[in-house]
Amino acid sequence: MLEMVTTPLLPSDYLDLVSPLRAGADLRGRIEAVHPETGDAATVVIRPGRGWRGHTAGQYVRIGVDVDGVRLWRAYSITSPTNRQDGRVTITVKAVLDGKVSNHLVRRAKPGTLIQLDQATGDFVLPQAKPAKVLYLTAGSGITPVMGMLRDIEFDDVVMIHCAPQPQDVIFRNELHDLVADKKLRLTEVHTATDGMLDIARLDELVPDWAERETWACGPAGLLDAAEEHWSEHGVQERLHTERFRPGIVVAGDGGEVTFSATGKTVDADGATPLLDIGEEAGVLMPSGCRMGICFGCVTPLKAGAVRDLRTGEITEAEPGVLIQTCVSAAAGPCDIER
Amino acid sequence: MTAIDPTAHLTTEQIEELGRELDAIRDEVIASRGEKDAAYIRKVISAQRKLELVSRGVLLFSIFPPAWLLGTAGLSVAKIMDNMEIGHNIMHGQWDWMRDPKIHSTTWEWDHVSPSEQWKHSHNELHHTYTNVIGKDNDLGYGIMRVDEDQKWHPFHLGQPLWNLINACFFEYGIAAYDLELGKNLHKRRRKNPEFRARAKAVGRKIRKQVLKDYVIHPLLSGPSFLTTLAATFTANLVRNIWTHSVIMCGHFPEGVQVFERRSIKGETRGQWYLRQMMGSANISGSKAMHFMTGNLSHQIEHHLFPDLPSNRYAEVAVKVRALFEKYELEYVTGPLPKQVFSAWRKVFRLSLPNKKPKVKTPDREQELVAA
Repeated sequence: MLEMVTTPLLPSDYLDLVSPLRAGADLRGRIEAVHPETGDAATVVIRPGRGWRGHTAGQYVRIGVDVDGVRLWRAYSITSPTNRQDGRVTITVKAVLDGKVSNHLVRRAKPGTLIQLDQATGDFVLPQAKPAKVLYLTAGSGITPVMGMLRDIEFDDVVMIHCAPQPQDVIFRNELHDLVADKKLRLTEVHTATDGMLDIARLDELVPDWAERETWACGPAGLLDAAEEHWSEHGVQERLHTERFRPGIVVAGDGGEVTFSATGKTVDADGATPLLDIGEEAGVLMPSGCRMGICFGCVTPLKAGAVRDLRTGEITEAEPGVLIQTCVSAAAGPCDIER
Repeated sequence: MTAIDPTAHLTTEQIEELGRELDAIRDEVIASRGEKDAAYIRKVISAQRKLELVSRGVLLFSIFPPAWLLGTAGLSVAKIMDNMEIGHNIMHGQWDWMRDPKIHSTTWEWDHVSPSEQWKHSHNELHHTYTNVIGKDNDLGYGIMRVDEDQKWHPFHLGQPLWNLINACFFEYGIAAYDLELGKNLHKRRRKNPEFRARAKAVGRKIRKQVLKDYVIHPLLSGPSFLTTLAATFTANLVRNIWTHSVIMCGHFPEGVQVFERRSIKGETRGQWYLRQMMGSANISGSKAMHFMTGNLSHQIEHHLFPDLPSNRYAEVAVKVRALFEKYELEYVTGPLPKQVFSAWRKVFRLSLPNKKPKVKTPDREQELVAA
């Protein structure tokens, strides 16, 4: 009935003007504060809309932020504990070189700004049953999901190895050292600017019982690849849980002309750029998600032509009903994407 | 079409140079699009929604004459904003770059009986591509009028001042019929075409929704003010129709605007396309408020050159475009609204009668290219 009055708009279009965070609205959040953590990292305090269903420690949330008027989506690990009293959630963001969203959030985001949210997701989480011994292996901003875990649940025996260029680059350093002082954590900081990169073989020396520990590792691909190999070699790979922030792009080929038939746009694409980026650049309304091939938030019908999975090199050809993940697929010759 | 081609003094090289200069203007705006522009369109949308809501609220008491007047005026303005500065421009993709699914050409629907999908086809694809090309651009007289000496006269055209007046009053229905290409499709054989029937159904659904809202539900909600609210919504639609019709007539019909032969656009280059847009459009001069209420279609020339640039930037673009007109000694057709409306109407009257066929055509660029 109400829709008949507001047509061609929806009642929610009007309600959004006054109450964008209400129950039933598209999920949004309001930035309430931005606290600097290090020279290039900051924690953003977000008041989520009423539809927020909470999170599990270690999960990430996708947020849509308007940067220079353009909506960009990124995923960030949640760093607040699940039982935070005021219902706010925090993400901690490290500004990366040329990172549009991260630099905006760390340096320019203003309290009061509305952002778009998705529900928390991700399976880099702690198990129901408490493990006896825990190892956290992190580097750089890889500490963020682990901080969410540390703040959420206390274990009897927790060891952490964290790598950062210098002491002042360690995010949450004061809080970590407080935990150490309270004997809740044993921490080894590896300062890569002076000590060099962590050699995974040093684990035996740093944490002699590492193989017995349930381990959560998050950091750059180099560290995670080395860890996965190391844990496999010792036959304990089931104890290792990893979280990657970027897809490992391994294969690129020849690109082609990409048609976005619903929008009526045609652009040339190389064989290495994800179709998601190509579409967004062309002003096509592309759904997007984790941008690393895991959340399936970006799946789109492939109407014609072929695409290449950038992680495996596998070619997918158009057939009725074929959906592709645009964030990890590039053109493999001319193709038609239904957007 | 004037007897003398106003672009005859330009060489093909100059026309291409002109095209490059226009491209540069466009690139400059695209590079500087940002937060301010996004804030602008959001502010306009929010203002429009609030104005519509308040006006419709006031009209619940339209039995009191001051409330009727205020509510009708507000609703008329809200409908004009919806159609012009907001709907028309969003559907052109002017705001797609923001990647906001709520303000995007593929998702937007407007307060108008023609569904956005059909309007986008006839307007963006046909009119903006074939601007002022006789036999290709149906906007030239909307298929019911003769607006150029070169269009063939038919006794039917004797009535065109009346057709135009009726079209102005019920413009949104005229547009819907036009987007459906009703004249062409009502022939027996085409009527059964499933594609046409599907489109006609979509228009029917949209009309039903619009009529139900404006002429049934809103008046019913007004209780004792039923009749006065009905009169108010009808008036607001009428005001919107006449206003948009007037603005749009000023875009391509005033004296001084050129039309083109079908064959003159064969093999057209980017520069020549730009030149056709420049010569085939006319502006309206006036205050900021006037530009806003026309949805910045008062900058029709700039809009036709760069249909997908955000409308709030046309004013700054116009300064540069006008300088190019001067540089290349071309006539920038512009004038205040009453003058342009009068000029367009005069043409409608004049061409309702047959005329002698003019002698000189627009030059055939193809031949010129060969000669060069």
